[in-house]
Amino acid sequence: MELKLALVQMTTQLGNVAANLEKHLYFIEQARKQGAGLVVFPELSLTGYVLQDLAPTVAHRPTEDDPIFRPLLEASHELDLMVGFVDEDLRHRFYIASAYLSGGRVIHVHHKVYLPTYGLFDEGRFFAWGDSIRAFDTRFGRVGMLICEDFWHASPPYLLWLDGADLLLLSSASPGRGLNHGEKFESTRWVEQVTRSYASLFTIFVAHVNRVGYEDGLNFWGGSVIFDPRGEMVAQAPYHEEALLVSSLDLNLLKRVRARLPLLRDERTALVQRELMRILQSERTLG
Amino acid sequence: MLNVDLTINCDLARRVLTSFIRSEVTRVGFRRVVIGLSGGIDSALSCALAAEALGPENVLAVCMPYRESSSESLEHARLLIEQLGVPTITIEITDMAEPLIRRDPAMSKVRKGNILARARMIVLYDQSEAFQGLVVGTGNKTEILLGYTTLWGDMAAAINPIGDLYKTQVRQLARAMNLPRPILEKPPSADLWIGQTDEDELGFTYAEADKLLYLLVDQRYSPEECIAAGFDRGFVERVLNRVRRNQFKRMMPIIAKVSNRTVGYDFLYLRDWGT
Repeated sequence: MELKLALVQMTTQLGNVAANLEKHLYFIEQARKQGAGLVVFPELSLTGYVLQDLAPTVAHRPTEDDPIFRPLLEASHELDLMVGFVDEDLRHRFYIASAYLSGGRVIHVHHKVYLPTYGLFDEGRFFAWGDSIRAFDTRFGRVGMLICEDFWHASPPYLLWLDGADLLLLSSASPGRGLNHGEKFESTRWVEQVTRSYASLFTIFVAHVNRVGYEDGLNFWGGSVIFDPRGEMVAQAPYHEEALLVSSLDLNLLKRVRARLPLLRDERTALVQRELMRILQSERTLG
Repeated sequence: MLNVDLTINCDLARRVLTSFIRSEVTRVGFRRVVIGLSGGIDSALSCALAAEALGPENVLAVCMPYRESSSESLEHARLLIEQLGVPTITIEITDMAEPLIRRDPAMSKVRKGNILARARMIVLYDQSEAFQGLVVGTGNKTEILLGYTTLWGDMAAAINPIGDLYKTQVRQLARAMNLPRPILEKPPSADLWIGQTDEDELGFTYAEADKLLYLLVDQRYSPEECIAAGFDRGFVERVLNRVRRNQFKRMMPIIAKVSNRTVGYDFLYLRDWGT
């Protein structure tokens, strides 16, 4: 089975949801022309990233009667979509969210569970913390979505792996930082290292879609990338430029790799659970 | 002494900084910029980056000599202008500044230097309107941290592409961009009086200060760790004291909060709001 996956590495207008929606529809059309079956967008692709006090004013509910989601749901009849947005729940809590849309329906919404609130980041000040990590079924197999800081922690990808995800859709608005003599920013090197590791450790497909452009002095570095279950790079978009990266993934590779390397089969989840319970019940948690 | 490596990847820096200029100028409806050229390396680098980002025809190089400015400064600015092919205008600030300076025969060098820096700010913002271009800043990370600047003078700008590069890194990038040799080789000077050099006035070299600041600021070393790494205790204290004392120059005026929502505290938007 084949998945033609499109990563949309785009800039956004900060707080201008209507303009960003137009850009989504444009890229969806471009991806459709190239035969894509799934199109994924970066973190907060509909709103921009450093929202601060804009957060409540750009929030949307992913429903058919929402003016922003209606055209996206319509487009999802032809190809599946993952978009980044601010979700507002019925009690008016605001989340950094990704929605997976297919066949005119919302298949799954993920709320970012790790909100970086340190250094240049201040997400915990403006957003509510997501509280669940679930894989979900799609026509391309079982998928998991995580947003930026979610996969700076090892546990969310691990949980999604155990929950059956064979394809991780990782989205970011990652600012480049740590300029030194190296070929890339320190932050770029770090993210590429961990995303590749997840593909290798879990024998799964990993797609990371990162935005580009600037918000005030922050540069978003792009470099969106796909790794296969061997940890090999399938394709990568350029750094710091808008790009539509369309690649064919041979999903049968999952079977061939796991026949050779049965890491999933041999994973001792009961042992993990036992030891985790012991650690959490002891005084030594996080030492 | 700990080996502190401040080397940067110049290709990456150049790409990010030119794209930054393009993005931050065009998104607010401009396509041009104005830059005050002193003849020194910081303004030369900012100007070269802007010319590469926007096209030389969209960068106005403004020379603002004072009667005591070194003629060398102007010559060096000319070399750069010719190399880049940017349009230029020369506006002497002597006539603007003299009446104020003459009012006090006992005026200190510092006061005079501040007046000149602020006179240049007035000229640049006037040219900003006339040329329809944003003012591009030319302060580097070292001088911003040390506060070796004039408040509302040379710090005044709409965007600053080189404010996160230490002086050592500015030199490296300027070399990589092949700026005129005399600009690369001369000692740094604010040229506020005859024979002035930054390093004489500061009492230490940029090379030393940059390494220390990199450890303190970028690498979060404690002062004691810097001393253990080989820096002189007195030097560490002097630099730290300068950084702390000059925090005010890095901030907008502080507002006394009395309402529920106050600019600067809980009215939080990026400048790029809506663009």
